[in-house]
Amino acid sequence: MDILRFITAGSVDDGKSTLIGRLLYDSKSIMIDHLEAIERQTKNREDGEIDLALLTDGLRAEREQGITIDVAYKYFSTPKRKFIIADAPGHIQYTRNMVTGASNSELIIILVDARHGVIEQTRRHSIIASLLNIPHVVVAVNKMDLVEYSEEVYNNILKDYASLAEQLGLKNVTYIPISALNGDNIVDESKLLPWYKGDTLLNYLENVSLADDINLKNARFPVQYVIRPQTEQLHDYRGYAGKIISGIYKVGDAVTVLPSGEMSRINMIELGGKKVKEAFAPQSVVIHLRHDVDVSRGDVIVKDEDLPKIEQQIEVLLCWMDNKPLVAGNKYLLQINSSRVRCVVKSIDYKLDVNTLEKGLSPEKAGLNDIIRATIKTAQPIAYDSYQKLRVNGGAILIDETSNVTVGACMIQ
Amino acid sequence: MSDYKLDYLDQLESESIHIMREVAGQFERPALLFSGGKDSIVLVHLALKAFRPGKFPFPLVHIDTGHNFKEALDYRDNLAEEIGERLIVRNVEDTIKLKHLAEPKGKFASRNALQTYTLLDTIEEFKFDACIGGARRDEEKARAKERIFSVRDEFGQWNPKLQRPELWSIYNGKIDKGENVRVFPISNWTELDIWNYIKREHIRLPSIYFAHKREVIEHEGQFVAMSKFVLLEPTDKISVRKVRYRTVGDMTCTAAVESNATKIDDIINEIIATKTSERGETRIDDQVSEAAMEDRKKNGYF
Repeated sequence: MDILRFITAGSVDDGKSTLIGRLLYDSKSIMIDHLEAIERQTKNREDGEIDLALLTDGLRAEREQGITIDVAYKYFSTPKRKFIIADAPGHIQYTRNMVTGASNSELIIILVDARHGVIEQTRRHSIIASLLNIPHVVVAVNKMDLVEYSEEVYNNILKDYASLAEQLGLKNVTYIPISALNGDNIVDESKLLPWYKGDTLLNYLENVSLADDINLKNARFPVQYVIRPQTEQLHDYRGYAGKIISGIYKVGDAVTVLPSGEMSRINMIELGGKKVKEAFAPQSVVIHLRHDVDVSRGDVIVKDEDLPKIEQQIEVLLCWMDNKPLVAGNKYLLQINSSRVRCVVKSIDYKLDVNTLEKGLSPEKAGLNDIIRATIKTAQPIAYDSYQKLRVNGGAILIDETSNVTVGACMIQ
Repeated sequence: MSDYKLDYLDQLESESIHIMREVAGQFERPALLFSGGKDSIVLVHLALKAFRPGKFPFPLVHIDTGHNFKEALDYRDNLAEEIGERLIVRNVEDTIKLKHLAEPKGKFASRNALQTYTLLDTIEEFKFDACIGGARRDEEKARAKERIFSVRDEFGQWNPKLQRPELWSIYNGKIDKGENVRVFPISNWTELDIWNYIKREHIRLPSIYFAHKREVIEHEGQFVAMSKFVLLEPTDKISVRKVRYRTVGDMTCTAAVESNATKIDDIINEIIATKTSERGETRIDDQVSEAAMEDRKKNGYF
């Protein structure tokens, strides 16, 4: 059994919350007391039907306004897999939430209303999926019941989306016609869609192969913490604690510590206190080096044969997440995994229109939810990979030193 | 490639260890809030894996309501001694006396809400800048929206509308003096994950988690342990039943479930079969209103 983390994109009108409610409900993951709670709330509504959408609206403010204001995480499992759903709101002002939810997702379900087809919002969600390099895309054509389960309507949407996917370079796109409200093709096959021969949504989620989503080729080990007991028996013990974010490490491997460039070999690897011969992503381990080299938090231990880039100037696609605008020349902290350095945003090269993918002219500043291309200079060199090549070592955040808030998400190019 | 695949429990474990080490790397004075319940026991187990053979970079801190189960307190003291880590206990009782707080009233008066005062005082006393807790997102709707690094202001308050975006596995624990961060390493675990992990790792638990005979009062379909903290009424039905606890909190606001499960496998089977959530079945304090947890969190509760 493994874990699939996925995000659902769409607005309330697309039936996103209903879809999540349906997945939880039909996989029997909703507990009676939670169901009774939404029944109580539903009684105050006019139509009186159980509103599965209420399962995902966590905060009182959201229930009152009938909107989702933040990413909520939901859990369910089947005998095959544990699922973690990042439920992010879909309206335009919440690009930042979608980016947040997408950053940890291996799969995205993009909801398309069968009556409206591929619309501006679909494009926006797909562009974000491609920027965040989510490995698997499911286009769920919802509300098939409202178009009389028409194969023709479905095929037209498929054709439209396929050209968008090609334009964005989205790979692994799967299409499924559904009705979240009625449960068609969610868990059980729908008798009303006999022309559709593919998997039901849950079937697909249970079986999609995730083996290629973890990179075992480019070994990266960011050091989080140095374990030095400094007791009599363990006088010389010096272990580098961290999580292998990609690749495989073996005892005896020749390694380089970045950004210093010092070289050594792996002497010992400990996993949960036990010595092991090798370890791999995404295990948390302790690594010991043969030589007495200088290693501290923020350093990355990599294998000699495959070095990341080590630069002080980087090009990024950046999603701005703060109310205060980003102005070229502003200084921030840049954090990539456990490494934090001062930086300055030297220039904003263009603003990306998330509805059309058009590149606007170089703007003076970027506002909340803008996605821009920028050039950043760091005070010290950082060891990184391009986000498109290695997601786990190509994403970074910007922190405003005056407010301490996370203000930007960078996909390093 | 199949040799290099991790089971879901290994994935969860690794993520949690990573989060704990981020706390160690980013904060000067962290603490691990330990209640004697199964979730905080799992946290200690994860900390052993994250930091041994070194010492923990934080003490264990218990906010004792004075209404705790003896079994949980004994377990707490034994564990701290066994692993040789520092245990700090602060009592809600003392806060009540010192600050002349009103004792909660009612049949099953719970000091749960008063815990927040003692917790905030303790944070101030030791200048803790990060408190690790065992909350899980599957427990409750407000928790489903909380970050893994959850920044609180100097009053301990959570502002759900002003949460920091949390991207990839990058955690921003930067704060000003006086603020603190609540960190939840097992956010992504469910109740069943916890039990499966306890089984796999052979983690010992306080005996009240397993079926035992106990004198209980039946209250609106729930069974509350007889104790000196409960206000007895003549109409109360007291009986001896075989029960176990699904969660361990205050004796007054935690209900037991009827059960014959004396082994972990039995408990896991019961949880798979159950139709009621953990907090719904056993926490009387969550049922006050639809937003009970949301309100308490905003006021500094975990």
